Amino acid sequence: MKTRTFQAAGHYLLLCAIALVCVFPFWWTLVTALSTEGNIFAFPPTFWPKSPSLANFEEVFRVIPILSFFKNSVLIAAFTVFWKLVLCSLAAYPLARMQFRGRRLVFGLILATLVLPSEVNFLVNFITVTKLSLVDTYAGVILPNVVTAVAILLLKQAFEEVPQDLIDAARVDGASEWIIFSRIMLPLITPWLATVGILTAVEAWNEYIWPSIVMSKPDEFPLSVGVLYLRGTFGSSTRVIAAGTVLTILPTLAAFLFTQRFFMRGMDGAVK
Amino acid sequence: MRRQSLQAWLFLAPALVLLAAFSFWPVGYGSYLAFTDFSLIRPTQWVGLENFEYIFDNEMFVTGLKNSLLFLLMVPFVQVGAIALAVLVNNRLPGIRLFRAAYYVPVVTTVSVVGIMWGFMFHEQGTLNYVLTTLRLVNAPVGWLSDDTLALFCIMFVTLWRGLGWYMVMYLAALQSVPADMQEAAILDGANRWQRFWKITIPMLRPTIMVCSILSVLAALKAYQEVDVLTQGGPMNSTFTALYYAYDQGLKHLKLPRALAASFVVSVFCVGIAVLCLRYLKPKHR
Repeated sequence: MKTRTFQAAGHYLLLCAIALVCVFPFWWTLVTALSTEGNIFAFPPTFWPKSPSLANFEEVFRVIPILSFFKNSVLIAAFTVFWKLVLCSLAAYPLARMQFRGRRLVFGLILATLVLPSEVNFLVNFITVTKLSLVDTYAGVILPNVVTAVAILLLKQAFEEVPQDLIDAARVDGASEWIIFSRIMLPLITPWLATVGILTAVEAWNEYIWPSIVMSKPDEFPLSVGVLYLRGTFGSSTRVIAAGTVLTILPTLAAFLFTQRFFMRGMDGAVK
Repeated sequence: MRRQSLQAWLFLAPALVLLAAFSFWPVGYGSYLAFTDFSLIRPTQWVGLENFEYIFDNEMFVTGLKNSLLFLLMVPFVQVGAIALAVLVNNRLPGIRLFRAAYYVPVVTTVSVVGIMWGFMFHEQGTLNYVLTTLRLVNAPVGWLSDDTLALFCIMFVTLWRGLGWYMVMYLAALQSVPADMQEAAILDGANRWQRFWKITIPMLRPTIMVCSILSVLAALKAYQEVDVLTQGGPMNSTFTALYYAYDQGLKHLKLPRALAASFVVSVFCVGIAVLCLRYLKPKHR
């Protein structure tokens, strides 16, 4: 009995040590953002806010248009999620439930994009977006991210789990493929749509390099890009940067903590 | 039957158009442009291997390529670490979900924010130096990001910090699909923890290990975002990676053909490694 308690204590100690490494940078940033006194890089550093106040956060609102950054991020994330759900579920349905020529080929092409080094695409995509005059538009930010192989694969798997009887019955009743898709199939896979939606929302919110390439006007930056702007142009104090950082992570963190199981399920589907 | 075929293509069309435009086209057109003197303002001319000769003579790119290959050193650390973490949190201890969440939080954080936070940590008077000097592990504060031999390893560490949780969840999902009765049978046969781990868990994880290792190799070769937010290639060009060179040349200096040649080289490495892995690491059928 004694060894077991001992073991459990050791287990927790290890868990806490690793958690500390993962979470400490966040904690330090929060403490810095809340403190108003003392040297930021003082020895010994403070691990608890000194005379805490929200003054640094007010300063963030004063020096950068953080509300428009926030609004831009929301818009980008919302459009990406909406269009990804629409286009990827449309593509996943025939791959899962219809017979047609070229199905294996299409599926192979979609799988190939997983191996192709997509990070390499941004240079030509920049040319494409320029030629389509989509620079400085949200369409330019969103379009390349709307269709992804992972989303199609997850939704395909979801469609495959729906019993065939339901589809057969609908076909006998004379329902068109469109009706079957929109009235029967989509409602049945709502949990998976939620999974893909939440994963996409967080991804889109966090996207940094591509929006920083496409958008050039500071007022139109999303938060992920705007927060670095705080570090550069205004030469703000570390505390203000820290406050801006906290404001940037907060929504993602909240979204993640409340919807953890969707992240797990996304992974589960990806492994299969 | 024919009608269904037409309908299927209609369902697929919008997605395929976008995939073609933003995934396949860039690979094909980009590979072509790497052999030209493309610029947005004059007609394009084929220049053969000129861009490649230029970049391979260029110290920044060569350093970048070396650094990208150096990044591969991380792969075993990430994978072993992630498996260990997954085993550690695959328990029914009270509060275990909280720990899983804590380990996953870095994954859902924007790279720009990660850059700012670790900039604080690595600061000469930052927390890391405080802890190390207090424990007397170092005598004087270390300039983590300003020392040209250390900066790259700091970036590698941050990449590891940010990636570990992702692979952990992949392994956790795989672990939870290992049938419990196999473990129980092994316990009845008197197998100890280590034996069960090596004889049951690891073989069951094999497919996941393969997928994750490939992904992790590709991710290592393609690393550049952390460079952008932490050091921008400095100090003294020591933290350039091959793809960061491409990013820097293409979008900051608008030398697109050189940038594309550089990313072509990275792609060749990526595809080559993916093909090799798929060929030799495939689980053997008995």
